[in-house]
Amino acid sequence: MIPSAFTFYKPENIEKAVSLMVDFGDEARVIAGGHSLIPVMKQRLTDIKHLIDLSGINEIKGIEITDNRISIGAMTTQVELINNEELFKKAPIIREASLQIADPQVRNLGTIGGNVANGDPANDMPGLMQLLDATYKLSGSKGVRDVKAREFYEGAYFTVREDDEILISISFEAPSGGYAYEKQKRKIGDYATAAAGVILKVENNMCSSASIALTNLSDTPVYCNKAVDIILGKEIDNNILTQVTEACVEQSDPVADQRGPVEFKKYVAGIVIKKALTRAIERT
Amino acid sequence: MDDVKTPSREERKSALSGLGTSRKRVEDARFTQGKGNYVDDIKLKGMLFGDFVRSPVAHARLKNIDTSAALALPGVHAVLTAADLEPLGLHWMPTLAGDKQMVLADGKVLFQGQEVAFVVGDDRYAVADGVSLVEVEYEELPVVTDPFKAELKDAPILREDIADQKEGAHGARRHPNHIFTWEAGEKEQTNKVLEEAEVVADEMVYYHRTHPCPLETCGCVASMDKVNGKLTVWGTFQAPHAVRTVASLISSIPEHNIRIISPDIGGGFGNKVGVYPGYVCSIVASIVTGVPIKWVEDRMDNLMATAFARDYWMHGKISATKEGKITGLWCHTTADHGAFDACADPTKFPAGFMNICTGSYDIPVAYLAVDGVYTNKAPGGVAYRCSFRVTEASYFIERMIEVLAQKLGMDSAELRSKNFIKKEQFPYTSALGWEYDSGDYHQAWEKAMKSVNYKQLREDQAKQLQSFKDGKSRKLMGIGLSHFTEIVGAGPVKNCDILGLGMFDACEIRIHPTGSAIARLGTISQGQGHATTFAQILASEIGIPASDITLEEGDTDTAPYGLGTYGSRSTPVAGAATAMAGRKIRAKAQMIAAYLLEVHDDDLEWDVDRFSVKGAPEKFKTMKEIAFASYNQAIPGVEPGLEAVSYYDPPNMTYPNGAYVVVMEIDVDTGVSDIKQVYALDDCGTRINPMIIEGQVHGGLTEALAISMGQEIAYDEQGNVMTGTLMDFFIPTAWETPNYETDYTETPSPHHPIGAKGVGESPNVGGVSAFSNAVHDAFKPFGLTQAHMPHDHWRVWKIAKDLGLHS
Repeated sequence: MIPSAFTFYKPENIEKAVSLMVDFGDEARVIAGGHSLIPVMKQRLTDIKHLIDLSGINEIKGIEITDNRISIGAMTTQVELINNEELFKKAPIIREASLQIADPQVRNLGTIGGNVANGDPANDMPGLMQLLDATYKLSGSKGVRDVKAREFYEGAYFTVREDDEILISISFEAPSGGYAYEKQKRKIGDYATAAAGVILKVENNMCSSASIALTNLSDTPVYCNKAVDIILGKEIDNNILTQVTEACVEQSDPVADQRGPVEFKKYVAGIVIKKALTRAIERT
Repeated sequence: MDDVKTPSREERKSALSGLGTSRKRVEDARFTQGKGNYVDDIKLKGMLFGDFVRSPVAHARLKNIDTSAALALPGVHAVLTAADLEPLGLHWMPTLAGDKQMVLADGKVLFQGQEVAFVVGDDRYAVADGVSLVEVEYEELPVVTDPFKAELKDAPILREDIADQKEGAHGARRHPNHIFTWEAGEKEQTNKVLEEAEVVADEMVYYHRTHPCPLETCGCVASMDKVNGKLTVWGTFQAPHAVRTVASLISSIPEHNIRIISPDIGGGFGNKVGVYPGYVCSIVASIVTGVPIKWVEDRMDNLMATAFARDYWMHGKISATKEGKITGLWCHTTADHGAFDACADPTKFPAGFMNICTGSYDIPVAYLAVDGVYTNKAPGGVAYRCSFRVTEASYFIERMIEVLAQKLGMDSAELRSKNFIKKEQFPYTSALGWEYDSGDYHQAWEKAMKSVNYKQLREDQAKQLQSFKDGKSRKLMGIGLSHFTEIVGAGPVKNCDILGLGMFDACEIRIHPTGSAIARLGTISQGQGHATTFAQILASEIGIPASDITLEEGDTDTAPYGLGTYGSRSTPVAGAATAMAGRKIRAKAQMIAAYLLEVHDDDLEWDVDRFSVKGAPEKFKTMKEIAFASYNQAIPGVEPGLEAVSYYDPPNMTYPNGAYVVVMEIDVDTGVSDIKQVYALDDCGTRINPMIIEGQVHGGLTEALAISMGQEIAYDEQGNVMTGTLMDFFIPTAWETPNYETDYTETPSPHHPIGAKGVGESPNVGGVSAFSNAVHDAFKPFGLTQAHMPHDHWRVWKIAKDLGLHS
């Protein structure tokens, strides 16, 4: 498992990185933690001539919290997300979900930017970012632009990112209410058989705000808008939770793999969604 | 001087770290510091690298191989194809099972990942680029992955090279895709008993295809020295001497000019017994290029192309009286061998020791037939942490016992107890022809049932079931029982050989003048800790501390001939040779001591580390003194030096056994199982090193957990490997591994010099049944009789779904 030859670049700022992307077009790829990219390069499933390492760009690292706005540099590692106490206070679901990604060795190198930008439907962060209604900041030859996480993903490994654009940061409002990220997987290090994130607020026994998103249950993360519409303004009871769960499962579209057939995945999706809803409600 | 207290007998014994001591592993000092020396650590001057172009498809005719672009690449030195090997007669090679196997694709490919061409270059990078530039044109053919479809009338013929051969290495072939039929026992009598029986349970038990997947993959470095004509091969060989002899026979290089070295090996589990195309191609490439060639497969190559394990469809019928006395056992197995029959079994046993499938039970009559067939899958069928097909046999009988108990409405613990071979029946000849040497199954079973509080477990289970039925819980509890009897230590030369090489083993000992020693064996450790345990056997036999004894294995130029390490044969065979060689040393030492003490030989007695005069223990000579004397005294009638060699042909196999219990909780909605308890009682006879035994049991149980709960080599209908990486091929980490309770009884083997039976494979043999039985047991109240492994989430979920447990 040896990749084909490539040229390695380690730019010090985002402008240089973008200009390399402009120069080489679709022959270039940026590398962050490398956990998705390196295996496909080694298996020669992709032929990358120019590899641009973002680890030397300090401006896209780190976590900034101003009032309730959280901004995370694309090159921030998962272990940093887990260990940041301020972030935990503002958005504890980030730690809960990050701890369910792979294993400690992977999390030491894996970045939030790589996780969300790769467009792999099996990654946990894209669903989480849709759940938080996050905004991605992309920098390219035409300047910097913002894209909503809920509008970023088009298909497996296809996103609205242009070839010369680099994801530089992710921002979102600190969520309020109960939360939960539930994931069923076969073993440590595995992608989700099914995973679901829920954030919701209950006031006077009525659901006053809600967000639900799914991981690895379609070719993109799934933001469950229909289910959210059902639960908003409703009194929380078992009946409504069942309706919400069914609406989420309805929006899922998993594919069969070694984790199991579609029927099983949809069934388990229902279970993890229900668990996430229940736990989120308990935490309100 | 008077103040110095003479050490007591116990103190002297303890100083030896002999049998029964939990001596720390001497190997670990280097392994834990990264100082091991594995094949990939070997770097020779001028060494080139080799790697394969592999078939992306499972069955195809080779239309053309164009190597020109690869050869034009700077850094690529050669590309070998079958056409290059043919003049040497090396485009095919014999397998250990009496079949032959393509070294490089000769006209067609028969499984995904098959070796098509061998590219040799400066380094791994040049070779990988070269591999990607070899253009191969395939004309795809219909694929057979289902062994039951392989023998259909219109099935595509896989092995066109032998399509017309009606006789194979093991008798008649009835179809071009049929390899052999192998039978044991009494067919007619068994059928009669089954027909007349009060109760018969009938079930198909499938033991799926999996893979040993050692941490270190297979590889070698071949170096042909053209000046002296000597070929040296360092490789991941579980049987270095057998490799030397086979290499000599197929290459016609004289055997004295071949040196095979197994350096440190990172796990074998049967995967490294066979001979692979990589070895042959590296040797040929070294001869062609005149420089050393290294080949090391990657993880995907290993999972896809080197030897798999199991893939046995075992149809069974077991009969009993209404009271639960078993009267007969019938089994027909369809064995999927893949594209070539490359099982690593003793030659006369094409289905290994599958005829141990009567298990621990006194079954009066039995019949077994095994049909081997070819499919478009990788070859193999090796003994993955078990003796030859013993895990299959044990899983079969332990499932059949459960199914029979269900049919009888009897507790399966009670059914087992009712049918165990009794202590006084040993030596016991089974209906399928083995002579079980020793055992006390009832003692072990009772101890196990008491230790886990079986009665209480059943009560807890009933409560959990009620709670499930009342809608209060979505979980069920399963209690998995197994009692196994292995047959290991192959084996007696009278019926065990590999390609004509008798399966004895050997030990050679040299005592140095200062009283320390070196011992060499025909086996090779792959993590078992031989350097630790064999030194302990010797310490007890010759009275030299284990820490003063160096153990060497794996170099055919220095080690005595032996058949290697697999099938738990090291302790039963080489361990016996070690003890016997030690006894030869002691016999000579006795003569030397008698001379030194000026007494008759018979006036001496052995006392831990010395010979002392009977009735006058203050007159003695220690082994250390005797060793020195053997080098500096001219003793009439005694040759100088103190050395011995023993070649040990075991009179019988050994029969380790044990009682295992697994308790798990299963979520019927998610299919997730939570393992609550794993209890493993082993009887491996005399216990050499309890700590190493415990380690072996933990390791074997973890592999058993993997196999039963998720590990598989899966193919789709086109013959694509679906589990080619460790993402999908389950290897448990510490996270998935439960806590283990180990226990033991000790019933020494009556025919083994120190009574040891071997233990490395027991936990896999007993464990798989126990884990799988626990899953089955959880669903038993709803009528489940058989659900095939692996019991991963979706398959367990499917059991619940099919039983109507999802509302």
